[in-house]
Amino acid sequence: MSLAFDDYGRPFIILREQGSKSRVRGTEAVKANILAAKTVARTLRSSLGPKGMDKMLQSPDGDVTITNDGATILEQMEVQHQIGKLLVELSKSQDHEIGDGTTGVVVLAGSLLEQAESLLDMGIHPLRIAEGYEMACKVATAHLDSIATKWDFSPEEVEPLVQTCMTTLSSKVVGRLKRQMAEICVKAVLAVADLPRRDVNLDLIKVEGKVGGAMEDTRLVEGIVIDKDFSHPQMPKELKDVKIAILTCPFEAPKPKTKHKVDIDTVEKFESLRHAEQQYFIDMVQKCKDAGAGLIICQWGFEDEANHLLMHHNLPAIRWVGGVEIELLAMATGARIVPRFEELSPDKLGFAKCVREVGYGTTKERSIIIEGCPNLSAVTIWVRGGNRMVLDEVRRSLHDALCVARNLVRDNSIVYGGGSAEIACSLAVEAAADKVVGVEQYAMRAFAGKVVGVEQYAMRAFADALEAVPLALAENSGLPSIESLTAVKARQLAESNPHLGIDCNDAGTNDMREQNVFETLIGKRQQMFLATQVCKMILKIDDIIQPSQYD
Amino acid sequence: MATLMAPNQGMLQEGAREEKGENARMASFVGAVAMADLVKSTLGPKGMDKILQSMGRGHEVTVTNDGATILKSVYVDNPAAKVLQDISKVQDDEVGDGTTSVVVLAGELLREAEQLVGQKVHPMTIIAGFREAEAVAKAELTAAAFSNAEHPEAFRNDLLNIARTTLSSKILTADKDHFAELAVDAITRLKGSGNLEAIHIIKKAGGALKDSFLDEGFILDKKIGVGQPKRITDAKVLIANTPMDTDKIKIYGARVRVDSMAKVGEIEAAEKNKMREKCQKIIDHGINCFINRQLIYNFPEEIFADAGVMSIEHADFDGIERLALVLGGEIASTFEHPGEVKLGSCKLIEETMIGEDKLIHFSGVALGEACTIVLRGASSHILEEADRSLHDALCVLGETVKEPRVLYGGGWPEMRMARAIEEAAKKTPGKKSLAMEAFARALRQLPTTIADNAGLDSADIVATLRAAHGADPGASRMGVDVIAGAAGDMRELGIYESFKVKQQVLLSATEAAEMILRVDDIIRCAPRQRSG
Repeated sequence: MSLAFDDYGRPFIILREQGSKSRVRGTEAVKANILAAKTVARTLRSSLGPKGMDKMLQSPDGDVTITNDGATILEQMEVQHQIGKLLVELSKSQDHEIGDGTTGVVVLAGSLLEQAESLLDMGIHPLRIAEGYEMACKVATAHLDSIATKWDFSPEEVEPLVQTCMTTLSSKVVGRLKRQMAEICVKAVLAVADLPRRDVNLDLIKVEGKVGGAMEDTRLVEGIVIDKDFSHPQMPKELKDVKIAILTCPFEAPKPKTKHKVDIDTVEKFESLRHAEQQYFIDMVQKCKDAGAGLIICQWGFEDEANHLLMHHNLPAIRWVGGVEIELLAMATGARIVPRFEELSPDKLGFAKCVREVGYGTTKERSIIIEGCPNLSAVTIWVRGGNRMVLDEVRRSLHDALCVARNLVRDNSIVYGGGSAEIACSLAVEAAADKVVGVEQYAMRAFAGKVVGVEQYAMRAFADALEAVPLALAENSGLPSIESLTAVKARQLAESNPHLGIDCNDAGTNDMREQNVFETLIGKRQQMFLATQVCKMILKIDDIIQPSQYD
Repeated sequence: MATLMAPNQGMLQEGAREEKGENARMASFVGAVAMADLVKSTLGPKGMDKILQSMGRGHEVTVTNDGATILKSVYVDNPAAKVLQDISKVQDDEVGDGTTSVVVLAGELLREAEQLVGQKVHPMTIIAGFREAEAVAKAELTAAAFSNAEHPEAFRNDLLNIARTTLSSKILTADKDHFAELAVDAITRLKGSGNLEAIHIIKKAGGALKDSFLDEGFILDKKIGVGQPKRITDAKVLIANTPMDTDKIKIYGARVRVDSMAKVGEIEAAEKNKMREKCQKIIDHGINCFINRQLIYNFPEEIFADAGVMSIEHADFDGIERLALVLGGEIASTFEHPGEVKLGSCKLIEETMIGEDKLIHFSGVALGEACTIVLRGASSHILEEADRSLHDALCVLGETVKEPRVLYGGGWPEMRMARAIEEAAKKTPGKKSLAMEAFARALRQLPTTIADNAGLDSADIVATLRAAHGADPGASRMGVDVIAGAAGDMRELGIYESFKVKQQVLLSATEAAEMILRVDDIIRCAPRQRSG
């Protein structure tokens, strides 16, 4: 195949080492890719929606993860196939951008590709399909904008936010406690939100957890939890109204960075060095004391002697606190991070109302909770759960819910969930496709009048593909999928009510407004954009060259 | 290569496996049920023990019937089994007992669920039913619990009963009265603080289990330095964590460079002098006992001996913390200000003999909370198992002191919960009620297992219990009486359990069962390639 002849009939090699490379071309290649993508999508399909099932993943080291978060599943599946990896990336980018809907986007992409396959069989060129999808996507997102509603909330009236978080959480293992968890998430987000600027820095919310207890014990700490204990076992376990010094220098003998040697050759030198050393420790502690600190938080370790001196001077201290926590603590308590003892001064200290050490159950593990910081801009969600897998899953779920709440703070437009938005868009795309004139105009503009109307097929396929989401929802909820989908579709068309969706929770109504099932507009829009883009990318590949497997 | 691809071939890494739908569910059910069956036979007062042999060097042997210990030691590959392993560990960390019950209950729940799935009930429906049943059970459990916290006498009796019930399933069952007293005495000394660290358990082989005793003082398994007093009354103790071998200079880069032998001698003398000064400073605290976490070399030991100070070296970190707690001193590392260091004190320090070994005994300690339990037994295996059993009992008692509500044992709470759930199931429409009934059946499996393990006619006993609870809902006190081999009044038999433990068993087991039920796909990554 990749052998060519030059003008003189001599063969020359285009691709080196042909024997060790395998190559697939043309429609063949596109189809192989589609098959791969479909396989990945199929795995995730059953995790969609409030009644979606979980996946159990065993890592190469034998650790078990149980989750129904699309991004996590794909990440831990260790997909090897190139196209599979594209889908993994797709779900990741949805995760980074929006944080929720990671399963939906993969299911949508898979279904778009599935539809593309039959179009390919009809002999339509992959690029034309891609163009058609692009157009359809435009129509669909435009329609999304038109059916979106503004959902007003204020720090006093958070109910809408809670409702949206509940929709996200209902598909997770915490579904049982979605109300409680949603309220925690909303409180956390509002605590760190910069409402005038409509910005939320999620780094300020730490989701920490400890195995044990029940999920019900999960709570919001308006402060910071660090997984450390006081450096000396006899330091007080609870401090009130305390001034905090944050240090990044160790309580150890000086250690200049330049290489040096201190030579001792006389007894006097030995003695003086010894005294210098002792004085050094005393000075260090004295400096902290002079600055008025009541609690030392240090990034590094303490020498035994220094530790005792601290305890002796009634200066509780925490050592080996990680860099991220140090920064958070500095932000929350209003302290400056001090890199040298000399620079310690009273105005660089932070403040906290209450610092206490708590233990758990029968183990010796302890954590320190720092509460009542002047800057309420850092909070911790403290998760408890019956076992490690539940705990991890709760943390992932909370992360999703936090992202959703953040998105709403950024942009308070919502669309209704339960597949209603997809059905509405599907209808809109179909209608647009049927308006032949309109679409032709569209197509003509795009292709300078040369071709007309082939994209119609692609658009119809797009409309069909959109229906995959409500179909999967219905299927996972144990409903007769096609029946319920067509029923809802017919009603949407008849009543021109875009808020009708699949009744997953068996609540007795299809109107998602009554069920209070929402999703953010940006989340949904991003799903469609990303899925279409990936589809286009996959469809454009017509040649796969890869080294053969080693024997 | 990529022309014809069967699903999932080439998608995942080589060596990875994927199980889907029914297969995945089967795999998890099988794994979880197998795990439950493994520990099932250890449940109850007549439960059997297991021998565990380690794979490591020496092939060490452990004999136990502690669920958590068994599960911890078993190497499992099945992911669902790992979930059960994990809940048992958490139960151990959280309340210390009920580690077997939680696994058995989770296993039974899944066994029931498997049948429901076979009847074409969707797992999500089962979960919904389980959740509802759990809520009912929890409410019933709370209603059934009672507390005697305001009557110290009655409460102590409750504690004794709980300790006896917990111990009766363990190796200590023969001497359970003795050990129940021991455990309750130890716990009541804590005065409600529930700080188990103040209770020190020392194991010494030799003697019989019955010779184990509670010492009101504190016993340290260390030696007193040579030539030092072996008995001190009105001791003033300095507890320290400081190097007493050679006190190195900590300033980085310091080294000794000399040009003659004489200088070496001088430096050595200076070093010695330094140590002597340090020792003197320590002695200047006005102490007559010095306990260090680190080693004490012969030279300082000699100085202490000369000053008539008892020195104890190498008390490990745990020991030091506990000693500090018990003696009421602080752990010192600098000795410049003798007046400001809080010294520990106790009435009497002396060397005692237990069996063949010499131990240091501190009595009349400042903190009246601490105590030491000395376990005696014929072999190290027995001692290990006795330690585990006692630990379980202490944990449960500690939890009960914090949360004084108690329940009757012997399957009584399970029977009550099962009855309440069945009542509720009758009023629940839809397939959920099937799952609720299944939940009730799973709960009844616990008394069934207890009876089975005792070689009794479980079907007959459980049916009798069921009838008794049905005839007199909420007031019946009937449970499995393993000794008599029939249904019996739990109050008269004195079989009590802690409310907290039971509740945690219920919650964890349901959570784990739900978690496994929700899975419809198992993906196993290829095992990591290890070199060599």
